[in-house]
Amino acid sequence: MIPAAFEYYAPGSIGEAVSLLARLGGESKLLAGGHSLLPMMKLRFAQPAHLIDLNRIADLRGIREERGELVIGAMTTEAELIASSFVRNKVPLLAEGAGSIADPQVRYRGTIGGDISHGDPGNDHPALMLALDASFVLTGPRGQRTLKSDGYFLGLYETQLAADEILTHIRIPIPAAGSGWSYQKLKRKTGDFATAAAAVLLQMKGGSVARVAIALTNAGPTALRARAAEAALTGKPLDEASLGEAARLAMSICNPTPDQRGDVAYKTAMCGEMTRRALQAAAARVRP
Amino acid sequence: MAGTHPVAFKLNGKTVAVEVEARELLIYTLREKLAHTGPHIGCETSHCGACTVDCNGMSVKSCTVLTVQCGGAEVLTVEGLERGGALHALQQAFHEQHGLQCGYCTPGMLMRAYRLLQENPKPSEQEIRYGMAGNLCRCTGYQNIVKAVQAAARKLAAAPAAA
Repeated sequence: MIPAAFEYYAPGSIGEAVSLLARLGGESKLLAGGHSLLPMMKLRFAQPAHLIDLNRIADLRGIREERGELVIGAMTTEAELIASSFVRNKVPLLAEGAGSIADPQVRYRGTIGGDISHGDPGNDHPALMLALDASFVLTGPRGQRTLKSDGYFLGLYETQLAADEILTHIRIPIPAAGSGWSYQKLKRKTGDFATAAAAVLLQMKGGSVARVAIALTNAGPTALRARAAEAALTGKPLDEASLGEAARLAMSICNPTPDQRGDVAYKTAMCGEMTRRALQAAAARVRP
Repeated sequence: MAGTHPVAFKLNGKTVAVEVEARELLIYTLREKLAHTGPHIGCETSHCGACTVDCNGMSVKSCTVLTVQCGGAEVLTVEGLERGGALHALQQAFHEQHGLQCGYCTPGMLMRAYRLLQENPKPSEQEIRYGMAGNLCRCTGYQNIVKAVQAAARKLAAAPAAA
């Protein structure tokens, strides 16, 4: 349970990290919190020849507000997100989601950037990012580009991040004041990945849904945005009928992998249930 | 031997210097190079928390950190909890409340509880269970571990110098 040998680098700047990545090529991996990568390396499922540790790069940390968006350094840890009054007050969905990840020790090291970049459909941040309409700032040898989270997640361990790029910042539009929010995550046991989870961001107007975002974790090869469910709810009050329809439409896009957490029918049904609970919890938090 | 890196850090207040391959995990350095066998290897899959140490003021699973990442760090293990030959309030509480049976998870429990009480000196039972969720125990059913942490919290609140 010891990783295969590799060369280790700890650059002190984004520029240095980008240069290293360009020079070392496809046999290198970026090391963020390490709590997805190192366990894989210990099992020898991953055997990169080079590891580029991002933990010494100060410019990858920090949370600031900029023109109505929260800008979060990719190496910000889950613990830092949860402790941040910025995040708790302006984007509480993110704090709730981060608090549901793994356990306290993992949250002290695990980063939002690593969680997003790893491409594991069981990770929680992709669905949170989809629900929040977040964007990702990628830095590579040719400069910087910003991609929307919608369409960023391509498949198992695959995102739009190019091999020579580093995710450096996450930009999240600050939800309108009074928005309701909830991340409902069903787990077999403490610290587990989601059997099924739903992230909801909700705005009501005059007793009807003005805007809603619903995104699902571990319901397919990537996080999924439940747009049909959202459309069905828009303009409607939240009652048994509309909740049931939203759950049904959310379930209709699910394509979960059967495993120890459940078979396809069970996981799909639980996606529906988490969607329902997230909508109800979000509605209870809406403030006029 | 493959390329090695010199790494120096503070272990329970004393500077240590080791020469390690990049792939050497902190748990192995602590146990085998530095003869600190307090932290235990319980699962090999980063789940159980028996390897938990305190690193730069944070609870960390030392089986999931490379020693090369720890240059300049302040690391505390269970060996460093004693206070001038006397048990730390947490150790005393685990003893009195019977918060251990085989003892295998105990160093990890103690080190996590230590940091938990720094984060939150008066945790509720729910906060203790959530706050210690990264430490698994096969013997006790957790009840007495919770009681031990509560007892230690009360003791430390009464006499903060013992923290």
